[in-house]
Amino acid sequence: MNRDGLFKRVSVNAIALWLVLFVLAPSVLVLASSLLTRGDAQLVRAPLTFENYRRIVDPLYLDIFLSSFYLAALSTLICLMVGYPFAYLLARTSPRYRRNLLLMVVIPFWTSSLVRTYAMIIILKTKGLLNSLLLWAGVIHEPLTILYTDAAVFVGLVYSLLPFMVLPIYASVEKLDSRLMEAARDLGASRAATFVRVVIPLTMPGIIAGSMLVFLPALGMFYIPDLLGGAKTLLIGNLIKNQFLSARDWPFGSAASVVLTLVMAVMLLVYYKSVRATRRQEPA
Amino acid sequence: MLLPMSDTIIELRSVSKSFGSLMALKNVELRVERGKFVTLLGPSGCGKTTLLRLLAGFDTPTSGEIFINGRSMASLPPEKRPVNTVFQSYALFPHMTVFDNVAFGPKLKGLGRKEMERQALEALEMVNLVDLAGRRPNQLSGGQQQRVAIARAVVNKPLVLLLDEPLNALDYKLRKAMQIELKQLQRKLGITFIFVTHDQEEALSMSNQVVVMNHGCIEQVGEPREIYESPRNLFVARFVGEINVLDAEVLSSNGGGVLEVALEGRKMKLHKTSNGHKANGWKAFGPGDRVHVLVRPEDLRVYRREDIEPEDASDFFPATVEEAIYKGATVDLIVSLASGGRLSASQFFNEDDDQLEFYRGEQVFLDWVQGWEVVLPHES
Repeated sequence: MNRDGLFKRVSVNAIALWLVLFVLAPSVLVLASSLLTRGDAQLVRAPLTFENYRRIVDPLYLDIFLSSFYLAALSTLICLMVGYPFAYLLARTSPRYRRNLLLMVVIPFWTSSLVRTYAMIIILKTKGLLNSLLLWAGVIHEPLTILYTDAAVFVGLVYSLLPFMVLPIYASVEKLDSRLMEAARDLGASRAATFVRVVIPLTMPGIIAGSMLVFLPALGMFYIPDLLGGAKTLLIGNLIKNQFLSARDWPFGSAASVVLTLVMAVMLLVYYKSVRATRRQEPA
Repeated sequence: MLLPMSDTIIELRSVSKSFGSLMALKNVELRVERGKFVTLLGPSGCGKTTLLRLLAGFDTPTSGEIFINGRSMASLPPEKRPVNTVFQSYALFPHMTVFDNVAFGPKLKGLGRKEMERQALEALEMVNLVDLAGRRPNQLSGGQQQRVAIARAVVNKPLVLLLDEPLNALDYKLRKAMQIELKQLQRKLGITFIFVTHDQEEALSMSNQVVVMNHGCIEQVGEPREIYESPRNLFVARFVGEINVLDAEVLSSNGGGVLEVALEGRKMKLHKTSNGHKANGWKAFGPGDRVHVLVRPEDLRVYRREDIEPEDASDFFPATVEEAIYKGATVDLIVSLASGGRLSASQFFNEDDDQLEFYRGEQVFLDWVQGWEVVLPHES
């Protein structure tokens, strides 16, 4: 056996082992515990039951699921509205500025998202930077209450997740052949019509990828609604966290996790199907 | 500003375009007649594509004005201009079928569904692509994509069709076939075609009018034959085909009809011929002027020693064969003159000499049909 073959086998097996140990095994454990019963002395105990899943369908929890989806969907929409124009300009600007702008998109990743969320509190709180600035500028006369409202949660989610929207869209706009836009104009399409009929359809893979990358984490990012929203509205991420850490109901927390994972899996499936469909349309 | 209706479809008035410090077009003046097949010919970077983009409206001139059909194009965006473009790489919309690509223009005009479909099908029929209407561009061959691009442009019935090196990506045979097809299409539609190419053969064989460009300027405008036979300067002469350039000095001029020159150590009389173009500038030559005498390879006649009478030898230029290249229809010779100058000569096979066999190092004698040469002022 030559060295390349050996290297390939070792690295493939190492990755497989990693995935089994840290992805497959925990998932199986979560799935198993979701089918067990809560114990007082132990974390989980027999008997096997579907009770945990039945509880999720309870209107109370269904509501949590729905409001989580609403929050994630709205955050995704805001990210798209803000991120698309930015990504578009980024891809169409001269390479000199582009590098610096891209760097500015990426720099926040160098700091932990949790730390940045605490920083948001300093900006958004009643006597925080934002209010001080607005008061000083004379835009408002008494401080706005932003922190611990839904608005703060949206600001936090959009701030944290915007790069995940910008980068895939940037990549797809950069690939876009500008001659296609010229061709559309040449054939009688105004700027707006060109955008709707040519630019949007051809950057759809980026839009879908970005939306996925924002929507899925937005469902699970429990610390942002906790810290910025004052833990007032219970979201799916918080629910799961609470079941494990506060309520000590591991089986129910596991069941909620499994449901969330399944929902995400379905959405990823839809995403891959749509990407495959659009890829077939690209020139060979 | 409106000009009176005339046969002029396009008029450029001292149009310049610069990109930063680079002047892509310098004070270009051009008039194009309605219904003509006009080729913009020049090396890459000569400004021909820039000119096309100005006509299409993708770029705006730095100065000067463009009129199409008597109407100023200043401040008119591409979508409002009566022109359509066939792009070099076709620029077909990859997310649409062939049919939707062609129907793109009619759809935007807000035509009824039926009328829109009728026009698109008609255009597809014209390029024989109705069968492939449901395919996507990436499922088509290069030649088919080319046809879609043409159909997509002409379906809008433009006054002028702009074609930006549309045949570049095709292989030789397909290219030849498309040249003929385009020519026929142009005749059938009666639309003015502005065709950009750097291929002189394509330009000469397809157009009614050739515009030779270099360094952002128009060097010469004329019919293909005029451009080829009576180039106005060395650049045009060399660009539209291979040509031999000989240096000569004017000995005497009779004021228009005949020039006597010293050429390769021989005194020679050059006669002005009935071909009017060639006489341009002849009058200006006087004794002592340096001139270029240009002869196309196919106009040079090559004789063996035994083909000529020994006493006539002084009427020919003696030369030595350096290379003989068999080309199928012709034999191309590279010969060197006594002065060291190298010439190329194409000899056609015909019934008189079906044995065009020349050997390297063989002594030959050259001349050409009187009056087929081009005389230009010396360019340093």
